[in-house]
Amino acid sequence: MDLIAVFPESPPPDLVRTLDLAGYRWKGYASADSVGKAQGTENWMGAIVCTDGDIEAAWAVCRSLRKRDSLVVPLLLLVTGAQLDELTLRDELFDDFCLLPFHPRELEARLRHLFSFNAGASRPELVDYGALILNLETYQASVDGTPLDLTYMEYELLKFLVLNPGKVFSREMLLSRVWGYDYYGGARTVDVHIRRLRAKLGEEHANLIQTVRSVGYRFGQSRWGN
Amino acid sequence: MLEQQRDYVLRTVEERKVRLIRLWFTDVLGNLKSFAISPAELENALEDGMTFDGSSIDGFSRVQESDVLAAPDANTFVMLPWADSKAPEARVFCDIHHLDGTPFGGDPRQVLRRNLQAARVHGLDFLIAPDIEFFYFAPPEPGQPPRPLDEASFFDLTTTDVTGSLRKETIRTLETMSIPVEYSFHEDAPSQHEIDLRHTDALSMADSVMTFRLVVKEVAAAQGVHATFMPKPLEGVQGSGMHLHLSLFDGEGNAFYDADDAYNLSDTAKKFMAGLLFHAAEITAITNQTVNSYKRLVPGFEAPVHVSWARNNRSGLIRVPVPKRANPLATRIEYRSPDPACNPYLAFSVILAAGLRGIEQGYELPAEADANLFEMGDDALRKLGIDQLPQSLADALRVMENSSLVHDALGEHIFEWFLRNKRSEWRGYKTQVTPFELQRYLRSV
Repeated sequence: MDLIAVFPESPPPDLVRTLDLAGYRWKGYASADSVGKAQGTENWMGAIVCTDGDIEAAWAVCRSLRKRDSLVVPLLLLVTGAQLDELTLRDELFDDFCLLPFHPRELEARLRHLFSFNAGASRPELVDYGALILNLETYQASVDGTPLDLTYMEYELLKFLVLNPGKVFSREMLLSRVWGYDYYGGARTVDVHIRRLRAKLGEEHANLIQTVRSVGYRFGQSRWGN
Repeated sequence: MLEQQRDYVLRTVEERKVRLIRLWFTDVLGNLKSFAISPAELENALEDGMTFDGSSIDGFSRVQESDVLAAPDANTFVMLPWADSKAPEARVFCDIHHLDGTPFGGDPRQVLRRNLQAARVHGLDFLIAPDIEFFYFAPPEPGQPPRPLDEASFFDLTTTDVTGSLRKETIRTLETMSIPVEYSFHEDAPSQHEIDLRHTDALSMADSVMTFRLVVKEVAAAQGVHATFMPKPLEGVQGSGMHLHLSLFDGEGNAFYDADDAYNLSDTAKKFMAGLLFHAAEITAITNQTVNSYKRLVPGFEAPVHVSWARNNRSGLIRVPVPKRANPLATRIEYRSPDPACNPYLAFSVILAAGLRGIEQGYELPAEADANLFEMGDDALRKLGIDQLPQSLADALRVMENSSLVHDALGEHIFEWFLRNKRSEWRGYKTQVTPFELQRYLRSV
């Protein structure tokens, strides 16, 4: 788990030296293909991708690391000043970047920040609340071990609620955070979906979602024990 | 967001080991159409749509432009509860496009989308809750009149057991398919039932009505019972209607509600009602599209005959339900003429267009007609300025063909095809010599 994936296979000597001095274990990969193949067996803590060589191959490696089936690892880019424009609209492909040539102390600080920050913030795959379990990786929800047949928006609403138990949300807040795009039906859409979710949770668990009069909805128990 | 929806569908198909995905769409007459694809084809279908030959579908393509594209609406993806659990199936509703990606004029779902967009321009969302009536009969036999379950002898269980368990199973199935039920009960006529759905936006509701009709029939058929949405299957008892509870919501809440009005109705609500009343005759061919529909719209059976409105008068075309306490969310109007044999996408479209016209042009709402109109003579009604709804499919088509409102709401393709198809239905009916005529004339004339 403490291994860092590096592109290209033979990284620049000053990068090798910095990583070695800082005590990181790393391994070089030649292409998106070899990263893809290693993904099943290796469990990286992060990745460093140099874009100063073959930039297209570098993006391919980034995309391969971000594929939906794999756990997302924190990814740092090493780019030249002339390549900065290339970053536009690719924000989803990396977490941070460092300009080449880099200052060893800066790179070390960025790596430390990136890996510790992301380790703390990483989302669990499974979220459970009593008999209810959500698998965020596979988009599946179950109650007492029985899978729930949910539509996409029902799943998204349930996920949002389960990740924020005990808090009261207004219909408007739920619309903006869960839907957040064009939909028909206005705030009533929220009520409709809450009603469907309750029906699917079944009588025994329907009260997991509570109506808070003239405010909105709350999932699970109030933190004040009501 | 679309990408995530696609992902959700693909992952669910994978995780739940779905074997078949049924692509659903609706023809002009409101029949549900479906073709199935395998999971391997799904990603491609979600990305680019599936090409198929539309010329085999009623009211779709003319032969020279026969290929169309079914584009799944990932939002409507849901598991089919009646599929074999060893070979799970799912369904998804589709929008139909031309091969170049533009909306296909013969697709009722796209027609409704277009009309909802027109309401959106005013910042309004259209919400609908239908009360759907239907009959359970013994399986029909050629040439025989329908046999209500209470008279059908082949059931071992008593009819209350059968219909009670049918209704329970139907509601359970509807709920797992994201169609929440508000009430259900046995109606007045023998073997007649009503299920009321909770309101949703009009597009989801049109999809739900299509699903509903299939679920009711499937669940019944599994127990050897025939469910029918025919508007008037039995003479002398009530027919089956689909009363629609309508409201418009804007950013603030229910645009039909006004706390200061005696009926809690806003100006918007009144103008919408005025539009609906003014254009009611024009849209009736769409809301009541069969020859048989007009056997329901007769006096004495709680179906509307006159173009009027009132609070708690069930003989009117529009009823304004009065809630026990003023409730901004529950304020709505009930449009009572549609029957469950209509195409819900088209019916919702023309109803909305009529109401919006009232709002746009500031129509004035006529006076409330709170007397029982069934008991009033024609002269008295005329004095009040109260017209009748069309008396037959032929009447309704004649009014519709001169309506620019219906033409614009449906678009040229469906408007023209619908009139042609329904005129031919009427011609087919007119050539019949009925038992009524034989009984009345054969001996006496």
